[in-house]
Amino acid sequence: MSKLLLITFDGGAEGHQLAGFAQKLGLPFDVLCISGEAPTEIGAARVLNAGLAEVPPADALAEGLKSLVAGYSHIAGLSNMRSKDVLARLAGLIEAGMVTDVIGLQSPTSFTRPMVAGSVIATVEVLAEPVILTVRPAGFPADPVSGSSPVESVTLAASGQAQRISVTARGGARPDLSQARVVVSGGRPLGDAETFERVIGGFADALGGAAGATRAAVDSGIAANELQVGQTGKIVAPELYIAAGISGSTQHMAGIKDSKLIVAINKDPDAPIFEFADLGLVGDLFEVIPEIRAKLSV
Amino acid sequence: MKILVPLKRVIDPYAKVKPLGDGSGLDLSGIKFDINPFDEIAVEEAVRMKEKDGSHEIIVVSIGTSDSEEQLRKALAIGADRAILIETEHIYDSLGIAHELEAVVRAESPDLVLMGKQATDDDNNQAGQMLAARLGWPQATFASKVEAAGTRLQVTRETDSGEEVLELPLPSLVTADLRLNEPRYIALPGIIKARSKPLEKRPASVMSSPKTRTVRYDAPPARAAGRKVSSVDELVAALQEKGAL
Ligand SMILES: Cc1cc2nc3c(=O)[nH]c(=O)nc-3n(C[C@H](O)[C@H](O)[C@H](O)COP(=O)(O)OP(=O)(O)OC[C@H]3O[C@@H](n4cnc5c(N)ncnc54)[C@H](O)[C@@H]3O)c2cc1C
Ligand SMILES: Nc1ncnc2c1ncn2[C@@H]1O[C@H](COP(=O)(O)O)[C@@H](O)[C@H]1O
Repeated sequence: MSKLLLITFDGGAEGHQLAGFAQKLGLPFDVLCISGEAPTEIGAARVLNAGLAEVPPADALAEGLKSLVAGYSHIAGLSNMRSKDVLARLAGLIEAGMVTDVIGLQSPTSFTRPMVAGSVIATVEVLAEPVILTVRPAGFPADPVSGSSPVESVTLAASGQAQRISVTARGGARPDLSQARVVVSGGRPLGDAETFERVIGGFADALGGAAGATRAAVDSGIAANELQVGQTGKIVAPELYIAAGISGSTQHMAGIKDSKLIVAINKDPDAPIFEFADLGLVGDLFEVIPEIRAKLSV
Repeated sequence: MKILVPLKRVIDPYAKVKPLGDGSGLDLSGIKFDINPFDEIAVEEAVRMKEKDGSHEIIVVSIGTSDSEEQLRKALAIGADRAILIETEHIYDSLGIAHELEAVVRAESPDLVLMGKQATDDDNNQAGQMLAARLGWPQATFASKVEAAGTRLQVTRETDSGEEVLELPLPSLVTADLRLNEPRYIALPGIIKARSKPLEKRPASVMSSPKTRTVRYDAPPARAAGRKVSSVDELVAALQEKGAL
């Protein structure tokens, strides 16, 4: 029988983000949480909590998931680095096809996804079940659900060969990039880390948003890795995306297309970003951003 | 140590790509091809490991038509020792690529498979993890630093929220992220030397039936045309009017 398993790693937010996809797919579904607790109010038939103290490395986790995913026709997680790491390995273990970065669906065996840095939208047909999916939530808003799902504990035996030696988490107090309502991003002209933090970080904080960056900014040490937005970085879908000192490469735009309103500040009137921006202002970001903050008193 | 680097011939990542009008494929007229940028980073990393410790052998492998010879030669010019072309016109999904690469690994018995995290044409980000699973080897994806420590590897990998360090016994599989290194400029002597390095062709041995198939290629929905504003006042007014703040 067709049935979906949502896989979440460490808590409720992921389950909420995946709920809209599960509703659109229209199959009965369970939600599994590896570490932490899955939400009980998203309409799942069963909530399964593995209760691990931490999320294990991919080799151990995929092996542990193998028996838990038996019997499901569809297995889906959020489209992020962790899901890609673990779920693609799981696909290799159980010999399942996989569709990365799902943005839409026509049926339980036909999905759409961007490819070639978002220049093309591919329709992918699933020829054999089970199938593993990573989902970008922006295309799947969730309807409210009433009632709560029964919760069960499940055992996930995870032992593998890779050992985690250390973890460095950054990000601080700012909202998560992929969930923020406002994102302010900066590019190469920010020059150095201190300036980036003051100008872009400061503006993001003033708007209650997250800070993002281009690859050029990350590569030159101006911004941290996990702030990179684009084809090979994070995908964002805020209400408001402000791009300051960003040229608008295909690879960067691939990560921001789902934003409701894109604002570009660039001193070059011919910068490609102006072709995508809903609102564009030609000017020097070092003058424009303080002026906006002054006008808004933030 | 024997290092195997799988690499894919892909559309030039800086080319502007459009679907064909009837949605049956991509319009490749006038398009150049190159090594997948993440695979080039993987080749570069293997060559740097060899430059530090000459005992390494680097084998590059690509699955595709004879067109991929060009990309294999480029990898040899960067510093790989020999190349294998699995010559085939079969259509693969990433799982099928993993099956084909698994056969190469079983034949060559490398200690380390170093490859790109994703192909920039299909943007799948799957084959490395699938191959590691097939082999039962540990994996470190999204690597930004690789250090050999005796018979183990320490790999710094990028995560959604920062980074982590994994220690892996060999044999193992690592996929390269952009920050691992910046590939060298290939100088003429390297190109000349590459011509005489061995490039062996082998037939595909698995050719599994794909479990997913791309059936249509469409242009992304166009965004409604935006407008330029001429002052900060006008920008702030427009943002307030749209309720964006
Ligand atoms: C395989 C691959 C994957 C990639 N993945 C990504 C990705 O995920 N994300 C990503 O961002 N990039 C990615 N890139 C890189 C991408 O191609 C571009 O090189 C990068 O996005 C450019 O960054 P930028 O806009 O900061 O820099 P630039 O292109 O140098 O643009 C800087 C802009 O700032 C403007 N400017 C300068 N000074 C000022 C000022 N004082 N005020 C206002 N404007 C000013 C300039 O006019 C210019 O338009 C990838 C590339 C490859 C090959
Ligand atoms: N045809 C191919 N030949 C050799 N290696 C490949 C091929 N296709 C994909 N790969 C490898 O698998 C990685 C991930 O590819 P993908 O799953 O398509 O994103 C690439 O970076 C390559 O290292």
